[in-house]
Amino acid sequence: MEILVCVKRVPTVGGAITLTADSRAIDTRASGFAISPHEECAVEEAVRLAGRFGGAVTVVSLGPAEAEEQLRGCLALGASAAVLVETAAGAETGPMATAAALHSVAAAGAFDLILLGNEASDTGGYQVGIRLAHLLGWPAATGAKAITVADDGLSLLASRSYRGVTEAFTLPLPCVVTVKEGINLPRYPSLPGRLRAKRAAVKRIPVAADGPVPAGDFRMTRLRVPDAPRKQATVLGQGSAAVPALVAVLAELGVIS
Amino acid sequence: MTVWCLVELDGDAVADASLRALTLARGLLPDTAAGSGVAAVVFGAPPLGDLAAYGAADVYVVSGVDGYAPRAWARVLAGLLGPAAESTGAGRTGGPRPAVVAAGTEHGNEVLAHLGAITGLPMAANCVAVSASGGGKLDLVRQRWAGLLLEEAVLDAPAALLTVATDAVAPAPATAAGAAVVHEISAAVSDADLLVRAVESPGGPSGVSLATARVVVGGGRGVGSAEGFAPLEELAELLGGVVGVSRVVTSEGWRPHSMQVGQTGTKITPDLYLACGISGAIQHFAGCSGARHIIAINTDASAPMMTRADYAVVGDLHEVLPALVKALRDRV
Repeated sequence: MEILVCVKRVPTVGGAITLTADSRAIDTRASGFAISPHEECAVEEAVRLAGRFGGAVTVVSLGPAEAEEQLRGCLALGASAAVLVETAAGAETGPMATAAALHSVAAAGAFDLILLGNEASDTGGYQVGIRLAHLLGWPAATGAKAITVADDGLSLLASRSYRGVTEAFTLPLPCVVTVKEGINLPRYPSLPGRLRAKRAAVKRIPVAADGPVPAGDFRMTRLRVPDAPRKQATVLGQGSAAVPALVAVLAELGVIS
Repeated sequence: MTVWCLVELDGDAVADASLRALTLARGLLPDTAAGSGVAAVVFGAPPLGDLAAYGAADVYVVSGVDGYAPRAWARVLAGLLGPAAESTGAGRTGGPRPAVVAAGTEHGNEVLAHLGAITGLPMAANCVAVSASGGGKLDLVRQRWAGLLLEEAVLDAPAALLTVATDAVAPAPATAAGAAVVHEISAAVSDADLLVRAVESPGGPSGVSLATARVVVGGGRGVGSAEGFAPLEELAELLGGVVGVSRVVTSEGWRPHSMQVGQTGTKITPDLYLACGISGAIQHFAGCSGARHIIAINTDASAPMMTRADYAVVGDLHEVLPALVKALRDRV
């Protein structure tokens, strides 16, 4: 089973988000970068499936030259090939152009399954996987918290929980599935894995200049950190002495009658 | 121009997230069109009273798609949107343009992403505010980082595809609501559109979902162990709510990831969030800031959760919760 996993380099966000002077990006001078969390799980899932069915895992990222760091991280987890579709430093690529760039890599290979994160943690567009599936003419499932591939390798079952109900989708392969954190617990890279990843080649290709012409324009003007709610917590008391006040608040809020 | 709103059902009622979507969708109607309203699209039996109360002048009831099939739902919306969606730059007018609005739920985001792919239109997920900016363009504000960061953007497209954040826009009924006109339509979809469809089975044992629970009792590092959740579960049951957890709890394996509240877990919008032993990392706030009221119980009075809550109790949850449970049981 040949699997392609699409990953994104995103800033790590700690205690508070600070923006660059032009308010168009997160100031990352004091923070690091990581693979978007859902996608780390996508890589783990792909490595497990390749372990069971054979075949190789290829990772692809659309991003700046520095995204090679995240691709090597995926190689350390067990991916065997990496492709970087390189964008200009500081450039933000929208969902439609991202899907088109990933499509050029996907269509050039012979993949049975393409995994992505349900959404990138930074931009949260919730659409690249589905747009990629439409470009390929493949079926898609999103938000998977479990993937079960049939023994014959011809179909899979992707399931998730929605409003307290479990939804299961059956898809023939090839297909696109986006996954969410919790589908598995990603392994820590082994030392041999890290050494292999250090030496492995990362294929670099430039992003195509002539993308598809979209039927509309969506343009970010600026980012801003939402105002923290200016709440002053009412302290109800210390320890169990606070219980009568707590009960009164629950009654006031209508939680108990 | 028409503002369409995909309405999801929660049982027999309009889902809370869809009431928020209807509220935002009404704001896209031009002021001049007095008496106009949103066109609600429902796959199922429509709760007409609620839809009319939230400003739906027309209700399109779709038959021919059994259950949830995201691409088929999107195909139906594309059909309703019609040729407006297909015009490229040249065909755009300067006046108000049509829009399709859905809730920023897994279903809403998924269906609108399919609609974006079918029509080639941009899609803006998890909007918190939208306003006309002249020339048919829209100024919008949407969530990034699950709401920890906001993006201001301009959308210039023949039709706007938007989903509405589930925890930011407060649901508000329309001021002048009339009766809704019902239109029965049958879906024109292909076998390929119907290929991927949800087969549903009962989820958790409680039947109450974290995303829609009215009371959530949250537990974090301070709970200390898997066994430590007993008082939280007892309290949740007494209050008719469910238990949610922070990321550290799932990382420690004390509770499954499906119970996680936060950026990579579930976003909750309860009337009350009772956060026990949770310090309050920003990724956790991304999941619980939609709670109407927060009560925090923590030994550390300076923890972010304690300072951002409405009410705080300084103390060990293992002392406070059993005492609270006893007090609640003694009341009846």
